[in-house]
Amino acid sequence: MRYSRCVQTPLYEAHVALGARLAPFAGWDMPIQYTGILAEHEQTRRATSVFDICHMGEFELRGPTALADLERLLTMPVASLAPGQCRYGYLLREDGGVLDDLTCYRLGPDHFWLVVNAGTRTQDAAWIWQHLAPTTQFTDLSDDLGKLDIQGPTARATTERALGVQLPDLGYFRFTELTLEGVPCLLSRTGYTGEFGYELYCPVKTVGRFWEQLLAGGEIRPAGLGARDTLRLEMGYALYGHELDLHRTPAGASRGRYLQLTKDFIGKVAVEAELKQPRQVLVGLRLESKRAARNGDGITVAGRTAGVVTSGSVAPSLGVAVALAYVDAAHAATGTRLDVQARGSALPATVVALPFYAGGTARGTA
Amino acid sequence: MNVPTELRYTKTHEWVRLDKNGVATIGITDFAQEQLGDLTYVELPSVGDNVEAQNEVAVIESVKAAADIYAPVAGTITEVNKKLEDQPELINADPFGEGWIFKLRPDDPSEIDMLLDADGYEDMIPEAEE
Repeated sequence: MRYSRCVQTPLYEAHVALGARLAPFAGWDMPIQYTGILAEHEQTRRATSVFDICHMGEFELRGPTALADLERLLTMPVASLAPGQCRYGYLLREDGGVLDDLTCYRLGPDHFWLVVNAGTRTQDAAWIWQHLAPTTQFTDLSDDLGKLDIQGPTARATTERALGVQLPDLGYFRFTELTLEGVPCLLSRTGYTGEFGYELYCPVKTVGRFWEQLLAGGEIRPAGLGARDTLRLEMGYALYGHELDLHRTPAGASRGRYLQLTKDFIGKVAVEAELKQPRQVLVGLRLESKRAARNGDGITVAGRTAGVVTSGSVAPSLGVAVALAYVDAAHAATGTRLDVQARGSALPATVVALPFYAGGTARGTA
Repeated sequence: MNVPTELRYTKTHEWVRLDKNGVATIGITDFAQEQLGDLTYVELPSVGDNVEAQNEVAVIESVKAAADIYAPVAGTITEVNKKLEDQPELINADPFGEGWIFKLRPDDPSEIDMLLDADGYEDMIPEAEE
């Protein structure tokens, strides 16, 4: 085996049997593609795909002080979350550097989950743990939970048929605890593709069963991290390690979203200062052909350095290359024309509004 | 992995076929297209360009990566596969046929004999994954 030091998800054998191409991602041996990134991207935009997301981390916080601890640790409002609601935001250091971007789930008045990135799980846990009151209980559930993302405009009907169940109506960023075939699960109307769909959390021992059942009827097909990346890029969603990291505050990526400045949170002073006087802003760039800008490519305006590309590829749903880039605030306005310095060629690009792909069904009803 | 025995190969995963008219056709191997995945963009050389061996003459991009295509031997570009501009996926579907990239008249056709044969190329590419 080539990547013996990588962790395998419980579905590793299933991926191999499906002929997946596997590659290391955040220390995990993950499926990048099964049939091809373009076909899997299309399948997700038009029908339903299932993604193995078992690598991501889940933390549980409970107790009378859990809410107050989370309000201080996280940038977004937590107290206003109703049980059954979740919200996206950031975990920051004092200097505003982004430790992680995550989703906070409120299961009850004193009961929360945080869903975090695989590569940051260990540092997140250490940071959170050291900022908790003694009466807050912290448990890392990551090794006990499997996670499948079921995404696509037809996800509700196809999931109901595949599992032989009726799913409840769930609003966007709402979730419910439910029993599927006698197994306690959590089903969330969230995702990372821009399409309608779910994130399903289940005990790790049952994830193989759900994976097989979802695929058995042939309506739902597996998709890998390659398509997950092109899908999220078309929506302008940040990927930790690309758009977000310890070296920047989230001011440029958030443009004021996911931040509650009326409360005190760790890193607030730094973020607030940068929001008032932004240095660089994260923007969407539309290129003029399918030739892609890539992570790390420089950006120039009239020959002078003006930023850097953080993610880029062809946007399969648009038929043209797009990129996310940090550009100097002076060049961040929609319609600004600039050049990407890609492998020795200057590729003309235009700052455009996000998302790149406007046809997503994520917020719709099904 | 498909490695036709009648072709010659480079360490950079191009294949070369010398036709009877003295013109060589060049593309990338089945192994290379599979490693790159779905191709999305091809930048072709210009007909008439004189190139040296190992010069970068074309660029191909997949969703995840970009790769340079090198001239296997010195010569003059005589033709390019214009179809690839709209259908780069031809390289994935038929790398040794419809997915050819360019044709070149070698300055010295005997240089092609010095490239890898099918056995030599097969020895060079990593074992197929389990």
